[in-house]
Amino acid sequence: MSSLFTDVPPAGAASLARRVLNHGRYEAATMLRNGEQLVLMIVMPLLGLIALAVTPILDGMGHSRVDMATPGILALCALSTAFTGQGIATGFDRRYGVLRFLSTTPLGKGGLIAGKVIAVLVALAIQVAIISTVAAFMGWRPSPGGVLLGIPLLVLGAAAFTALGLLIAGTVRPEATLAITNLGWILLAAMGGIVLPAAKFSDTMAGIVDWLPSGALGTLMRASLIDGRLDIFALVILLAWTAAGSVAAIKWFKWN
Amino acid sequence: MGVTLSPSPSLDAALVISGLVKDVGPVPALDGRMKRIVSNISLTAHFGQVTALLGANGAGKTTTIECAQGLQRRNGGTVSLLGQDPETADAELRSRVGVMLQDGGLPPAARPVALLRHVAGLYRNPLSVDALVDRLGIAEFSSTNIRRLSGGQKQRVALAASLLGNPEVLFLDEPSAGLDPQSRIMVFELIRELRDAGKAIVLTTHLLDDAQRLADYVYIVNHGESVTEGTVPDLLNASTAAQTQRTMTFDAPPGLDTTALHRPGLACEETRPGSYRILGSLEPGDLGRFGQWCASLSLMPTSVHLASQSLEDVFLAIAASFEPAPKTPVPAPHQAQVPAAETETP
Repeated sequence: MSSLFTDVPPAGAASLARRVLNHGRYEAATMLRNGEQLVLMIVMPLLGLIALAVTPILDGMGHSRVDMATPGILALCALSTAFTGQGIATGFDRRYGVLRFLSTTPLGKGGLIAGKVIAVLVALAIQVAIISTVAAFMGWRPSPGGVLLGIPLLVLGAAAFTALGLLIAGTVRPEATLAITNLGWILLAAMGGIVLPAAKFSDTMAGIVDWLPSGALGTLMRASLIDGRLDIFALVILLAWTAAGSVAAIKWFKWN
Repeated sequence: MGVTLSPSPSLDAALVISGLVKDVGPVPALDGRMKRIVSNISLTAHFGQVTALLGANGAGKTTTIECAQGLQRRNGGTVSLLGQDPETADAELRSRVGVMLQDGGLPPAARPVALLRHVAGLYRNPLSVDALVDRLGIAEFSSTNIRRLSGGQKQRVALAASLLGNPEVLFLDEPSAGLDPQSRIMVFELIRELRDAGKAIVLTTHLLDDAQRLADYVYIVNHGESVTEGTVPDLLNASTAAQTQRTMTFDAPPGLDTTALHRPGLACEETRPGSYRILGSLEPGDLGRFGQWCASLSLMPTSVHLASQSLEDVFLAIAASFEPAPKTPVPAPHQAQVPAAETETP
């Protein structure tokens, strides 16, 4: 009897690079096809940028509104995509057993996480291209050295928020992940020091904001893109959050 | 049905599990202690055979095969999957093993064929997606979101996904759950074809009929232990009431005198008014006497049914003799920490 399953070569695993890139592309396509995600990833940051450019919130800080606003909006993109977007997607993948199924394929657990990180970076690159273009039309002129500095810092911010998003997705129910990461997005965006610098808050509040990953990323982006300067304190804070988030996610992430 | 084979040393084992132990928890209802859900399961699965783990819901079947797949870490015992420990499986080993999870593990927003193409991309030489789509009748719903598929359709997509790597070992957790009759025939035929192609197939089921129809070798699992094993005919023959035990049931007017049907080793009783059961070592002569008895009473029974012992009888007898031992903690009402909840019996 002829069969699909006889006289064929062993399937074998695709190369590690191919598995991870394939999965990154698949996850990115899934993210970009999701309407809610697009609102969170593109529409909200654009609205934020326009709001900050037409209102006097950021006036009196020594720079034009758009120069003050754009670095924070780029940081907000990392929060949207890595923390809220990937957190929610992973939480539901976990609920439906997708993580368990894919971890039994040649992709494996490591490849699955690597693919998710690639998807975040692809989505973030698209966000940065759109926001930067719009901001440039609105008169944004970042310091040239600062752009080179800002890109790896934004990637670090994405790493920190991916770790935190996966930590939440891997430890609580997906409905709770949905609530926590959306609420976290609103709170951190409004008063986490991402879009509005800590200096806009009271001293007590500013003291807290400086220690948050959101505040650290906002500060790093503004220091680099406005002044072409690396803020060492904020860098240490963000590295610490990335390390702590990754260790906690590795330790407590549940696949089922 | 195909020829049944006993495992023999000449056949290579695809999977050997020995003395498997798995604890979960801490479980709040047990004062934060661990709950032992698999206490001692051993089994061997051979190439070219369907090996079934048969047991009630919560017996530990899913946990056992998830330990064999490397999805769960065991607390004791050994597992050898294609000669390697699944807990440290690399991509090459995973490429030789197919897994169909009980809940499917498919992303609800994906479309079946797009998902299958993605999974195929994880293998160097995957089987043809088109051929599997064709074979499992997936084309008719290929552009519908997985969320909107019926249980049987989802199950067929999950089966196709598990087969893309043309695996040497295939794990199927409750493969007939939610299948409509048409899907069931399709899936069962495919499982037999895979068996004939030399694959080792390990499936779990709580349905005796599945085991009886598909399995070459059956392990009966009860309260986390493998309590008995054998080919289906072996299990039928080895059971206590074995060889000659048969049941004849018939429906006739109530209150008949059945004394004439009795003899040593054979008894007849009226189980409820108008329903009679003859139980014991029924022989051809007994059927003759039954006919004469009917004739003497000018009686035409409205139904007569003759049955040999089924795997169900064996299973129920075994389950009854292994009722919860005192050492097994009472199943906790709080189930949140217990993984792999199994589907309810339909």
